[in-house]
Amino acid sequence: MALLGKRILIAKPGLDGHDVGAKIIALALRDAGADVIYTGLRKSPLYIARVAVDEDVDAIGLSILSGSHKEIVVQTLECLNELDASDIKIFVGGTIPRDDYEGLIAAGVRGVFTA
Amino acid sequence: MINNQKNKIQSDSANEMKPPNVPNSFTPSGIEVPISVTPDMVDFSEVGSPGQYPFTRGIFESGFRGRLWTIRQYSGFGTAEESNERYRFLLEQGQTGLSVALDLPTQCGYDPIDPMARAEVGKVGVSLSNLAEVEILFDGIDVGEISTSFTINGTASISYAMYCAVADKKGVPREKLTGTIQNDILKEYVARGTWIFPVKPSMRLIADTILFSNQHTPKFNAISIAGAHVRDAGCTAIEEMGYTLANGLAYTDELIRRGGDVEKFARRLSFFFYVHMDFFEEICKFRAGRRLWAKLMKERYNVQDPKAQMFRFGVVCGGSSLIGAQPHNNIVRVGTETMAAVLGGAQSIFTCAFDEAFQIPTEHSAEIALRTQQIIAHESGIARTVDPLGGSYYVEWLTDQMESGMAKTIEEIEQYGGVEKAVEDGWLQMKIARRASERKQASDSGQNVIVGQNYFRRKNQSEGAGEIFTLDPKAAAKVIAKYEQVLDTRNSADVKKSLAALEAAAIDDNKNLIPYLIDCCHAYATVGEMISTLKSKWGEFQEPVRF
Repeated sequence: MALLGKRILIAKPGLDGHDVGAKIIALALRDAGADVIYTGLRKSPLYIARVAVDEDVDAIGLSILSGSHKEIVVQTLECLNELDASDIKIFVGGTIPRDDYEGLIAAGVRGVFTA
Repeated sequence: MINNQKNKIQSDSANEMKPPNVPNSFTPSGIEVPISVTPDMVDFSEVGSPGQYPFTRGIFESGFRGRLWTIRQYSGFGTAEESNERYRFLLEQGQTGLSVALDLPTQCGYDPIDPMARAEVGKVGVSLSNLAEVEILFDGIDVGEISTSFTINGTASISYAMYCAVADKKGVPREKLTGTIQNDILKEYVARGTWIFPVKPSMRLIADTILFSNQHTPKFNAISIAGAHVRDAGCTAIEEMGYTLANGLAYTDELIRRGGDVEKFARRLSFFFYVHMDFFEEICKFRAGRRLWAKLMKERYNVQDPKAQMFRFGVVCGGSSLIGAQPHNNIVRVGTETMAAVLGGAQSIFTCAFDEAFQIPTEHSAEIALRTQQIIAHESGIARTVDPLGGSYYVEWLTDQMESGMAKTIEEIEQYGGVEKAVEDGWLQMKIARRASERKQASDSGQNVIVGQNYFRRKNQSEGAGEIFTLDPKAAAKVIAKYEQVLDTRNSADVKKSLAALEAAAIDDNKNLIPYLIDCCHAYATVGEMISTLKSKWGEFQEPVRF
């Protein structure tokens, strides 16, 4: 129960409908003791940032398998900034080419996880 | 940085775990397999003959000797021009059918300029927001000769309308059109996620498409009821087939409700599945599903025409069975899966490229995938005689086991209250998410061997495939520029009129919507406009979030 007391938002931004990974991670984090909120599909970066703030989460996991991770991650970080919530950590999973890891980390992502 | 940690954990555990010396006695669906299947364990009474009810041995008497399966590679990306170029390349290489991948905005009903869409324009497929794009996509391709498959669901009726409209423009009679639209919304709610409207109006739109197509494009398959996505989302081979047949029954009921004649429309229902790696379970999945469908058609709906009892299906080899680690191993996986598809009697096969676990295939990897099918078709000899495994003790025994598992899966859904309810409540979604989690734990714990991933890893192994496919970074901008040009040049009065007619038809349950959609396409109304019009009357699906 390493994550007891942590609040984590798992989010599906954009139009990508592959939600298995998101749900597996949500279940695993819940098993590890975290309070997990899952957004469901097709949420805008602004919506995700707002839910994260309203729910006072410690971290957001973004699951993206459509290849639009760069745009979406940057937009989400911007939205968090605008809401004065840049302390909320973002991690990303999905179909992310290895060559893109560094750019995402440089943009402010705390971790990239792929299958 | 966290990734370095993850890789470390993986290689450590790979060092610790010893691969099993002997095969697991259970199939991935959980059937316990005896060391030897003996003749007394097998009921041969339902094996029958190829081309005859209940079609255990295939729907055609002559198997592949009469006609080889359709080799159909899925592709499409960026702009219509780029995709058109790739199609012409594939046709020149001997591919016999086109398969169009569409981008997510087109699939979810957003125009490329929509804020929800911008990041996704042209990413996982081609953007087809209006008829002008479809005209470019099929430029120089004879739509009267080639069979085209569109992987589209939420907006499938519009893609179909576009295809009819492009045929009209080219002067090709609509009745010559052949191909498939996926048009299977039920599994979208469960696994693939491109739903738009609530379940009921979505079912109507699907039924309208099928009924119109049967009448006007009789050689076109207006639905491909798909198990592939629920399979990839985590369920077993038995559940993949069971859920899919249950969906097939739900569409059948809706078509009958809308006045369809089951003896007629059932002839054009088609199915679509994944093949994963467990060779015999996959073969028997197809044999069992084909037999069970024929029985359901005959026993539930009293269908008499053998053509309307026949279970026709296409398959994809790859999907989540492809592994990012040591990606070239995927060529062997796809080859094995292709053989299972052939031995199961598939009508069309799509082979994934080895790098598809992490990117859009390059021209090189796409070619290997195509060659894999050609080698199996023309060198291996496995297609020489119909159902070469028919009568094998193991194959017939496992076919029986699979069939009874599928029947139980269907029964379970019906006891819950039917597919529509199971989907609206999120019950099915939750079941599949739990299965996915189990599957992940089974590979993490080392219970399932995945070569290169949890066992047989190499020190410092590279995860990349070398060559990388990169999309034209300007593709989205090009798509948007063309879109704006269409908006500037079309006749707005025609657009307005056709959309108003669509809106009126949407609330009249006696109208078939397809002619209205074709009129909208001819007027260069966009996908976003047509979908917004329907949304204004039907609302949107509210996703039940359960996991």
